[in-house]
Amino acid sequence: MEQSILPKTKKGSKKSLKAQENELAETNRQLEILNGGIFADGELPFFKDKIAEIGHFPLRPNKLEILQINVGYMCNQVCEHCHVDAGPDRKEIMTRETMQQCLEIIKNTEAHTLDLTGGAPEMNPDFRWFVEEAAKAGIKDFIVRSNLTIIRANKKYYDLPDFFKKHNVHVVSSMPHYTRGKTDKQRGDGVFDKSIKALQELNERGYGMPGSDLRLDLVYNPSGAFLPGDQEAMERDFKKALKEDFDIAFHNLFAITNLPISRFLDYLIASDNYEDYMYALVEAYNPSAVANVMCTNTISISWDGWLYDCDFNQMLDLKVASKVKHIKDYNEDILNDRNIIISQHCYGCTAGAGSSCQGTVA
Amino acid sequence: MCPIITQKAKHMSNSYYDPADLRKFGKITEWSEELGNKFFDYYGKVFEEGALSAREKSLIALAVAHVVKCPYCIDAYTKDGLQRGITKEEMMEAVHAGAAIESGATLVHGVQMMNKYNKLSM
Repeated sequence: MEQSILPKTKKGSKKSLKAQENELAETNRQLEILNGGIFADGELPFFKDKIAEIGHFPLRPNKLEILQINVGYMCNQVCEHCHVDAGPDRKEIMTRETMQQCLEIIKNTEAHTLDLTGGAPEMNPDFRWFVEEAAKAGIKDFIVRSNLTIIRANKKYYDLPDFFKKHNVHVVSSMPHYTRGKTDKQRGDGVFDKSIKALQELNERGYGMPGSDLRLDLVYNPSGAFLPGDQEAMERDFKKALKEDFDIAFHNLFAITNLPISRFLDYLIASDNYEDYMYALVEAYNPSAVANVMCTNTISISWDGWLYDCDFNQMLDLKVASKVKHIKDYNEDILNDRNIIISQHCYGCTAGAGSSCQGTVA
Repeated sequence: MCPIITQKAKHMSNSYYDPADLRKFGKITEWSEELGNKFFDYYGKVFEEGALSAREKSLIALAVAHVVKCPYCIDAYTKDGLQRGITKEEMMEAVHAGAAIESGATLVHGVQMMNKYNKLSM
């Protein structure tokens, strides 16, 4: 048998890859895997060649619509599939000074959506100040990606549903399944019950109720080495089960494909699923998803102010290919005139109906 | 090393079933394009949403996969079920439904045995 290029790795740690000093915490190692093996051998085509076939290489941005700001990698959970490698041991969080710089951008941007993510963004000590200030800019859609359990993690977070309501924040929450077993397996014991309680509290404030302006959407990531099914069908199943079992309502379900980077890559390798998963992604490649992949309308900002084509490129430390690489030099016109950096992880966003932080794209 | 053996080793595994062969299923069209394409068109159409949902058909496919003991189909429809959010309890019940019909099919022949026994006996 040939020598595998894949590292030996073990499953089920409660620490981030970084804290474990796992070699996959190194972004260069991840890129080596994504660019080597079955792709370098010619078994599977490079993403670049696939999109060149339909005239989309180099991939270029369309109009900027979404500013996604990652306020830090600290999180109360250590999910097995996390592409951020977030966890309680991650100390990288955005300072108020960097937030100030972001606010200047938020005031002047052409984007209609502001999307705060993490880690658990609520764990940043300046989170509430930042939300209050950002809400004043009057951006049309203001999203906070909340993992739900944070709302029940500590008394100091119990009032988050009221806080979100006060600032008319659009809550987007991860919920891997409507059954306890699948949810806890991916995200940790007790996550399901806490998430249910948090959803009920959001519903009590009017979030997610039919006809309510307080938007509550759920994000579904497959809990394993398989692709998400049809988003509409999943939404029907989630709505039915959550209503019948817990009297919970929500607006939309976003089905998001797990991209083969960071902890999910570690999981794929440890469970001997990496090659099959890459085959599945390439096989499900949908050319009509390419024109609308999220990097074409999004800019991702890291906790320390660097600019990226998307949150995934941020985690691979692939900074934008532009003269403007940091918020201190921010200029939307210059930034929008760039080539988007791609690698084989991008197949995750073009599989099936396509995938983005806002769900399917095709 | 003998080049022919090396060549063979590249294309054949030592087992009748190789999980990697499932990825190559589409290649059957290379040796009979018309029939292969007709089959895949038919196959695709069968599993679309219809009077039965695609989800229900996935569970039927999983049950049949077990009854015909096709390892490729078991892999494929376990994964398909996961993608559709089908739970493991639903999957196992589907397998039991298939198994019950299969064992029933054996046992109902017991009536033939009884008939024959009775006919031959005084």
